[in-house]
Amino acid sequence: MTPQDLRAMANRIRRRDLQAVYEAGAGHIGGEMSVIDILTALYFDVLNVDPGNPLDPDRDRFVLSKGHTACALYVTLAEKGFIPKEEISTFLKPHSRLNGHPNRTKVPGVETNTGPLGHGLPVAVGMAAAAKLSNAAWQTYVVTGDGEMQEGSNWEAIMAAKQFKLDNLTLIIDHNRLQQGAKLAETNDIAPIAPKLEAFGWAVQEIDGHDMDQILKALSPETVVPGKPRGIIAHTHKGNGISFMSDNVAWHHKVPNAEQYKQAMAELEEAAQ
Amino acid sequence: MTAAARARRYEARKVPETRQATSAMIASLAAEGYDAAPAPFGHALSDLANTDERIVGLSADLSKYTDLHIFAQKHPDRFYQMGMAEQVLMSAAAGLAHEGFIPFATTYAVFASRRAYDFICMAIAEENLPVKIVCALPGLTTGYGPSHQATEDLAIFRGMPNLVIVDPCDAVDVAQMVPEMAAHDGPVYARLLRGNVPSVLRRHKPDYRFRLGKAQMIREGADVLVVSSGLMTMRALDAATELARDGIEVAVLHSPTIKPLDRDTILAEAGKGRLLVTAENHTVIGGLGEAVAATLLRAGVTPTFRQIGLPDAFLEAGALPTLHDMYGLSTKAVIAQIKGWL
Repeated sequence: MTPQDLRAMANRIRRRDLQAVYEAGAGHIGGEMSVIDILTALYFDVLNVDPGNPLDPDRDRFVLSKGHTACALYVTLAEKGFIPKEEISTFLKPHSRLNGHPNRTKVPGVETNTGPLGHGLPVAVGMAAAAKLSNAAWQTYVVTGDGEMQEGSNWEAIMAAKQFKLDNLTLIIDHNRLQQGAKLAETNDIAPIAPKLEAFGWAVQEIDGHDMDQILKALSPETVVPGKPRGIIAHTHKGNGISFMSDNVAWHHKVPNAEQYKQAMAELEEAAQ
Repeated sequence: MTAAARARRYEARKVPETRQATSAMIASLAAEGYDAAPAPFGHALSDLANTDERIVGLSADLSKYTDLHIFAQKHPDRFYQMGMAEQVLMSAAAGLAHEGFIPFATTYAVFASRRAYDFICMAIAEENLPVKIVCALPGLTTGYGPSHQATEDLAIFRGMPNLVIVDPCDAVDVAQMVPEMAAHDGPVYARLLRGNVPSVLRRHKPDYRFRLGKAQMIREGADVLVVSSGLMTMRALDAATELARDGIEVAVLHSPTIKPLDRDTILAEAGKGRLLVTAENHTVIGGLGEAVAATLLRAGVTPTFRQIGLPDAFLEAGALPTLHDMYGLSTKAVIAQIKGWL
């Protein structure tokens, strides 16, 4: 896909995600809008994954540690062909496998269960270590939120990744500066994050997490530094693409009403032109 | 000094493998007369890893104190020193298990149960991953006070779905549980007896073999049935020997698998009209005793029931033999409690 195609795909995923959250009456739409460009770049350009063989031993591993944005992952997996597109309408419904947090035993393409924050990166350290031990070429990618970096387990994992020289591990931090109840800066201001990761021995890049060209460049193999885990601080906007949601903490877990849904969809459709 | 001389001096200082330093703590708890085996867990895991490439070991800066150093020296490529970081210890073990390895993760029982619970529950147990959590200092096996005494680990872990729980008695149990844990396709928590561990069970039952999920009669007796796990089976057997001299016949049913409990064997033995005493190196809240009691009540089997275990309290620090007397875990205390109930 060209960057232009990827931007169109991200727009399509945003619209389907918005519709799913609106119809389900629940979801984490703010954090979904901030992470969708990253998910799109990963699934449609970076990751070596095959929907026809979701457990291929040679596939790249992707862990969405910010598991509450599961709906964005489901829509991306559906666009990629891991699950039927029509299944998205079952999101959060009784007996659906599309739960509020992703479960690997239910949904093909999900690599590990997430939901409690600060879990994805520590598990990914084990995956990347396993690849090294097996002399396997596959890569492990993790996306966390920024508020999530307040969890001490992430820093345990950051230290271990450097100690084990996991240059086959990439962490992308969706740095939208808002957590569930307030700004990061008003809660526990761990920004700036990049120098902290650098101090722990990681190879760090800072990008605009909504600029597809920058995302692709940051994730290219050329940015890997031998012996160092790779960290990408993606500066994003919560609710990105929808004017009244963007950078507005109220939209962490809020559901649009009919009028808001109509306006949001109109804005996304206009952006698709 | 030349390099060659340095090397010779280093070689001269190397300790033969069978005499590598281990903690002597557990042997200090054994009655006189039992043989002891050094680091049965470390040697059993190292041996298993010789034939099973899936075995990996991880520790949170406690390899020497969990006998994992024996494995680490033999299989350095498959050993991960995680540092003092129990959350990533458990999660990275989960990640390795995702990719086909069988990780043995070691720390102290207090740190696994109190500190890493969420990571064991969500990263390991929910996905039913074959991570084996092996933890030293279960119950009252250190005199260092509540920070290191895991008196409630069984209560904490029994509520976790998918998790199998093992409380071995002696060196035979510890060595033989290792391959059985590895063969079980799911997570296991084992309480580790480390260092020089006494060999108890074969003294009383020469053909004893550890069997995961099974309780086994080690000794028959008509008056009292003790259902026990861990080192309390050693106490029960020693007490039974003493009580026999007074004409009191005590049967000992060793139940090293706490979850799933061997319901059928326990119910069959409990229905024979004897006083039933549970004995565990754990608080009386939520461990073997209450698991047995619930099993009996649910089945409508109601023998006279008594519990030997630690009190629902943070324990004192001090010398272990003194503490075992104080809290009712010593052989002397077990004898006195059983006599008092007859």
